[in-house]
Amino acid sequence: MSSKPIHTPDLSTPSEPFAVEALTADQIKGELTRQYPAKVKRKRDKQIVLNEKTKNQDGSLTLPVINANTRTSPGIITQRGCTYAGCKGVIMGPTRDIINITHGPIGCGFYSWLTRRNQTKPPTEEHDNYIPYSFSTDMQDENIIFGGEKKLKAAIQEAYDMFHPKAIAVFATCPVGLIGDDVHQACREMKRELVDCNVFAFSCEGYKGVSQSAGHHIANNGVFQHMVGNQTKEPKGKFKINLLGEYNIGGDAFVLEEMFEKCGITLLSTFSGNSTVEQFERSHWAELNCVMCHRSINYVADMIEKKYGAPWIKVNFIGAKATAKSLRKIAEFFNDADLTERVENFITAEYPAVLKAQAEVLPRTEGKRAMLFVGGSRAHSYQELFKEIGMKTIAAGYEFAHRDDYEGRKVLPDIKVDADSRNIEELTVERDEKLYREPKTNADLESLQKRDFFENYQGMMADMGEKAMIIDDVSHHEAEKLIEMCQPDIFCAGIKEKYAVQKLGVPCKQLHSYDYGGPYAGFQGAVRFYQDIDRMVNSKVKDMIKAPWE
Amino acid sequence: MALLRHTTDDVVERQALTVNPAKTCQPIGAMYAALGINRCLPHSHGSQGCCSYHRSTLSRHYKEPAMAATSSFTEGSSVFGGQANLLQALNTIFSVYDPDVVAVHTTCLSETIGDDIPQIADAAVAKGFVPEGKCVIHCNTPSYVGSHTTGFANMTKAMVDYFSTSTSEDKIADQINIIPGWVEPADMGEIKRLVKMMSLKGITFPDTSGVLDAPLTAEYNMYPKGGATIEQLEATGDSAGTIALGPICSGPAAEALQNKCQVPQNTLPLPIGLRATDMFIQTLRKYNGGNVPAEITAERGRLVDLVSDMSQYFYGKTVALWGDPDQLVSLTQFLVDLDMRPKYIITGTPGKAFLRRIGEVLGDGVKDVIVKQGAQADMLYIHQLIKRERVDLLIGNTYGKYISRDEDIPLIRHGFPILDRIGHQYFPTAGYRGAMRLCEKILDAFLDRQDRDAPEESFELTM
Repeated sequence: MSSKPIHTPDLSTPSEPFAVEALTADQIKGELTRQYPAKVKRKRDKQIVLNEKTKNQDGSLTLPVINANTRTSPGIITQRGCTYAGCKGVIMGPTRDIINITHGPIGCGFYSWLTRRNQTKPPTEEHDNYIPYSFSTDMQDENIIFGGEKKLKAAIQEAYDMFHPKAIAVFATCPVGLIGDDVHQACREMKRELVDCNVFAFSCEGYKGVSQSAGHHIANNGVFQHMVGNQTKEPKGKFKINLLGEYNIGGDAFVLEEMFEKCGITLLSTFSGNSTVEQFERSHWAELNCVMCHRSINYVADMIEKKYGAPWIKVNFIGAKATAKSLRKIAEFFNDADLTERVENFITAEYPAVLKAQAEVLPRTEGKRAMLFVGGSRAHSYQELFKEIGMKTIAAGYEFAHRDDYEGRKVLPDIKVDADSRNIEELTVERDEKLYREPKTNADLESLQKRDFFENYQGMMADMGEKAMIIDDVSHHEAEKLIEMCQPDIFCAGIKEKYAVQKLGVPCKQLHSYDYGGPYAGFQGAVRFYQDIDRMVNSKVKDMIKAPWE
Repeated sequence: MALLRHTTDDVVERQALTVNPAKTCQPIGAMYAALGINRCLPHSHGSQGCCSYHRSTLSRHYKEPAMAATSSFTEGSSVFGGQANLLQALNTIFSVYDPDVVAVHTTCLSETIGDDIPQIADAAVAKGFVPEGKCVIHCNTPSYVGSHTTGFANMTKAMVDYFSTSTSEDKIADQINIIPGWVEPADMGEIKRLVKMMSLKGITFPDTSGVLDAPLTAEYNMYPKGGATIEQLEATGDSAGTIALGPICSGPAAEALQNKCQVPQNTLPLPIGLRATDMFIQTLRKYNGGNVPAEITAERGRLVDLVSDMSQYFYGKTVALWGDPDQLVSLTQFLVDLDMRPKYIITGTPGKAFLRRIGEVLGDGVKDVIVKQGAQADMLYIHQLIKRERVDLLIGNTYGKYISRDEDIPLIRHGFPILDRIGHQYFPTAGYRGAMRLCEKILDAFLDRQDRDAPEESFELTM
């Protein structure tokens, strides 16, 4: 269309300071916490930092320390959810052929019923799909008084009789933990009883952690203990990988599945978007694990590596550049000429559409400013897409991250284990002598390791602009102040924040459920994101807000 | 392919498993009701996930911010009780968010622990965490009792318990209390409009109009202009009467007000449809000297005219309905008045009174209706019934869209929650004008269907 040369901004070393009009970042920070009681202010001060980076002589970066994965102060209006939401909603929710029974009063089961837009596509009508269903024991007061195990077992039996699923998973809610129902014992008994149905439970009571993150960990443990490794026959296919931490929000996984197929890469399983029991059970046969959402699933990557041998790399399929880079990294791992060629051909075929879309929106998006407060990885990965259309992320933070998501995995040894983390089981994983395979046959494994090829996640801060504002567990109050002071062009958050942000005249893009859009993964997804953001930051609505007589 | 492919018409009695519930839990109702108090911040005493889920669902339904704080319980609070959390929360809330009222409701967790909210609130006052002139109210909302409608009723009753005051034995003749029940903000607005047209001073509580349908101004106000003020809530004790719309959601508050301040109460069905609105106007007449302005009579007349124009399409059409008991009773009445045939009516909300009231509405004229309430009166059950014998129309919340698609039956979205359509917060279905809108929606569904299915030779321009 356009005869102009394609203008791709070079934002590889974002270093522009955070300066906003006359305000300094310190002033902004002060304003965010000014109204808090002293104790809350002290705590929040450690969770709000400026991204001041020092480059060391060896080229490495020293990043500021941020406090993360600590309790939300009571009374603060937070973005966070609970352990149950992380376990049942995030990890297990997108799995289509497991009957997920919420053991508790009706609310938790109701609210986690299909609200995250996890899509799934069974190959035929004969394949199971329980995603449109919500199962609950709907505990009544007599179950709280006399215990709910009997009702739970009856519910499992009824679910089995009606649906004959391959697996039934049970999720404990707050009151269940409190009254002491032994959900694991109940499941073991029912598993013996039902014979051909895998039955297991998660102690994911909402109060267990400081955010949904605890639930991810509990779910990871459960999937690893009860499903991974169950299929002993090696699946067919070359270049076998798992994609971890991809939840098929808005159909992302469909884009990626197609991409891998075109490149000749065998995707054994996705944890857990568009996933099935069979995929989990065969996932240990993968030669490489590719981790998308570092926060929610690094546990599984580590455990598979220890027990079965496959190493893992951090990938990102959000953003065109990131997608190309991640695909090339997978090809580099397998070091196969044919695969490399297919990957390069795929990138070459897909990229023109990306450049065309970029060129089209750039005149309207370049220089605009975004804020991202989502997820435990998304606030990082989506910055790639904004960069590609010339937008700056001036403030970002996670809802349920740990320090390593900000500062990189090198801080893992420095993270203090407090009472709220200690109550989440750390599985002791040992090498499976029968199924363990030496990672990768090719000889340059050692050289890959030397080049820091594996497990090298650097965290969000390393990628972000100098003096950008980093806020962990942002509260409603802080978000509102931040918007008022900095007037971003777009704010990315979830449904709870969406309408308050929009009342301020700033468009809000949901990045947990993608509200009206998506998929955003891969090259096609990037194009869709550019277009959606263009529409949002250039909507005429904001010009209509003031009446002509005002 | 069928979305609900595992649902068969084989109705097996279940005792323990609920599949696709037609209800949710108490606290969300308490949160919605609390948002209907001016300058009130709802507070969820329990784990933060509950608050998160409730705020999300309310935001998705009303397309508006639904602000609420939480006690953010962790494991320690579950063992040692939530007092420390609530004290800290109240201190923070009044420092940062400056509400006039904090409306605390419990969750199944804090309820099971047995936290004593009034005692903790008193302690907060003693510690100086609650500024002069501000207050903390509460209600108990264990999720394992009742449903979201019970929570709405409990918080509405708390407004009476905490605020209603009788200053004299003489009541103010033209002042009446309206408890609108769980309806859209637009319905509350429509109900208020009718009261005003009847020349009465109405105090509506809770009142989410103006709160969950606030204008876009480029300024965010955590407490929009709407909602019942504390002064109004206090003044409810001096009103000549209370009209409680819907016995489940509004009855307990009206009764409490009668006991506390001797304000006589009238419990009516929600004014959805012609006859329920008639009852509402008739009751208002008791307080305004019997006058009905000509404009209201004309509104009614227009509705009847519309029904008369549409009736050939409505006659004998069968309907499956699910949702909240108060809504279902009025909707069923209206469908019967339109000569339609409600066939399956279910609500997850437990309580036998519902069966009796539906029975009264259906009378002897409507045969072969299946009505069910309680845990196993769920969306799986109603789908099984539909598979056994089809209906022409579905009326219920968003969760019916899977049945609608699988069975190719049109769905009118009504009730809570509606997550996939926009505008219901602005367009009422209550009152005569609301009934006209309902009729339009139903007829459009039938006629769109007829157009879609018509063979070319009988595709009509004039219908």
